[in-house]
Amino acid sequence: MTILGPILMAALFVVPVYLANVSDQHKKIAVLDETGLFHDKFPNSNKVIFENVYMSYQAASENLEALGYDAVLYIPESVINNPNAVKMSSEKDMGFGIVDLIEGVIKKELEAHRLSLSGIDKKILDNVNVNVKISTYILREGEEEQSFSEISYILGMLGGILIYTFIFLYGSQVMRGVIEEKTNRIVEVIVSSIKPFQLMLGKIVGVALVGLTQFVLWIGLTAVIVFSLQQLNPDMFKYKEPPKVMVQDKGLSQSDMAQQQEALQLSESRSNQILEGISHIQFGNILIVFVFYFLFGYLLYASMFAAIGSAVDNDADTQQFMLPVTVPLILALVSLNFVLNNPDGPVSFWLSMIPFTSPIVMMARIPFNPPVPLWEIGLSMAFLIAGFILTTWIAGRIYRTGILMYGKKPTVRELFKWMKY
Amino acid sequence: MIYFEAQEVSKNFANHRALDNVSIQVKEQSIFGLLGPNGAGKTTLIRIINQIIGPDSGRLFIKGHPLDVQHTEDIGYLPEERGLYKKMKVGEQALYLAQLKGISKSDAYLRLKQWFEKFGIEDWWNKRVEELSKGMQQKVQFIITVIHAPSLLIFDEPFSGFDPINAEMLKEEILQLKEKGATIIFSTHNMASVEELCDDIALINQSKVILSGNVQAIKQKYSSNVYQLKLRAAQMCDVSNFSEMGIVSGFENQSDLCSFRIELNPNVTSNDLLMASMAFGHVTSFEELMPSMNDIFISKVTGNKIHKKSRK
Repeated sequence: MTILGPILMAALFVVPVYLANVSDQHKKIAVLDETGLFHDKFPNSNKVIFENVYMSYQAASENLEALGYDAVLYIPESVINNPNAVKMSSEKDMGFGIVDLIEGVIKKELEAHRLSLSGIDKKILDNVNVNVKISTYILREGEEEQSFSEISYILGMLGGILIYTFIFLYGSQVMRGVIEEKTNRIVEVIVSSIKPFQLMLGKIVGVALVGLTQFVLWIGLTAVIVFSLQQLNPDMFKYKEPPKVMVQDKGLSQSDMAQQQEALQLSESRSNQILEGISHIQFGNILIVFVFYFLFGYLLYASMFAAIGSAVDNDADTQQFMLPVTVPLILALVSLNFVLNNPDGPVSFWLSMIPFTSPIVMMARIPFNPPVPLWEIGLSMAFLIAGFILTTWIAGRIYRTGILMYGKKPTVRELFKWMKY
Repeated sequence: MIYFEAQEVSKNFANHRALDNVSIQVKEQSIFGLLGPNGAGKTTLIRIINQIIGPDSGRLFIKGHPLDVQHTEDIGYLPEERGLYKKMKVGEQALYLAQLKGISKSDAYLRLKQWFEKFGIEDWWNKRVEELSKGMQQKVQFIITVIHAPSLLIFDEPFSGFDPINAEMLKEEILQLKEKGATIIFSTHNMASVEELCDDIALINQSKVILSGNVQAIKQKYSSNVYQLKLRAAQMCDVSNFSEMGIVSGFENQSDLCSFRIELNPNVTSNDLLMASMAFGHVTSFEELMPSMNDIFISKVTGNKIHKKSRK
């Protein structure tokens, strides 16, 4: 896991960018156009190349492979009246992307053709057509900041799930450790030297340090992997600022046109959007908050896991007591989707205040813009620390009785009694 | 000199009283046996002495000082249920547990080396505990118990789970530790080991001390004036001659050698019996029958009189 973790995490950053960039194996499509309307209208790209052929549909589709084409697109003359007459045959499925592309081109050309039949010039139409794309901004201290809710969503989800996983992973490690000490009876020797509470806390802190070490290794190795990939392929991961274009009422010059074209392309490029979003995330802040919630969320739950471990004689008996501990954790995880869609709503607020759910829910809220107010973070952290002290105190009381009790599995009522001893 | 003292210690658990005004005194450099049936409260008392749990009331002293946290370094404890971390190596585990008792790592290392040499187990140092047999693990555990040279040693049922060879070794070690000045408390069901090892005992039953004191004195106290006689009779072996002095039982006659037991009447002394025997024939054996600790234990716990037939 130590090695695999960073590779997986690096993949989370790299793969989306990579996927947006890579070209599929490009495909060659033979266009059999009986109308002549579509000559050179299909755009060639690095994914697909269109070539006009002049032969019968029969001949083309039978000799597809010999001719070196992946598919043949047949546009019969009747298409002008019946747009559904177009057909494409291939040996392998061509995928939605290509079909969409072809349908779009045919639709556009047919529309233009019909417009011109009705006496409307294509140029007039182009002037009439308007493309609208909204850029969302967040107003903060008078400045405009572009928001990237998709990136925030992914980061929030990631943070929440990571905290959930860590709490479970290391919490149950504590529990198994306590059960081991209890079942092989070494605990009695140890508590004759130190207090049970010290032993419990020592185990919890020890596992926490293991967790932090692992986490630091992960972050470090992830950074190394991402950074070296960036070095290897700088173009792919570089965010390109779209050139600013002065909008004029009339008469765009040729160079302006080109510039506008580039700006448009860049701002529409998926990978560039992702990179821009990532470049706006305040990783430092998120990391600090993450480490805090990871540590204290773990501490809060670990003491409860330790108490459960002390109360039972073997792993199988833990089930009954695990339920009340895992329910708030799972609740927090289930609510993640809701929280991520309403990061500032009252449900999100309260879930990020309650210590049992706050580590996961607050992590989900943190990456969003506008940022969670400082007082909310502070209050949530204070509640979490208070919750940790309370659960550890209660767990300590159960623990010191539990580790010396053998045989019968205690009931929940007995656990309450142990608290009062 | 009293090394350890417990005064009127009581401890209650949820629905029962584990210790009820228990007082014991353990002399320095002696072996003290804590006896009692299962569930009597022995382990609870031992855990209180080890400060694993606290008493509800009562006071405990070591050499006159109230028992506190610092005393954990003076106490070595071998619990009844024994275990070690299975995946850990023997040596590093022993080092760790020794340091928990407050000795430095280098010191612990030297002492452990000596003990490992003494038991001839140097090559176990780098083995995992799970590779050792149960008997081997118990040797390691014994070393861990005594590694910090505690002045008070507490063994809870030390002989349970040891094979006869290891039990003998343990017995030897306990006696050696006593020679070196340690005070030892151990709880046991094994009455033979009590007679062999213990100077004093306390018998706990149903949370109370029902009998305590020096082993020999207790046996004396519970002796009931019973004698075993063997003699070569001058004439016929006729024990009816003795019936005036007490109750005769267990009569056996092999040619001219007759043997019997007699419980003397209160006013008759052993010398009177001896005199009568000498007149009767040639005395080959004359012995007062002492009750075994086993008999005393059973009679005190069950409330029955000491059963005569179980006497040696």
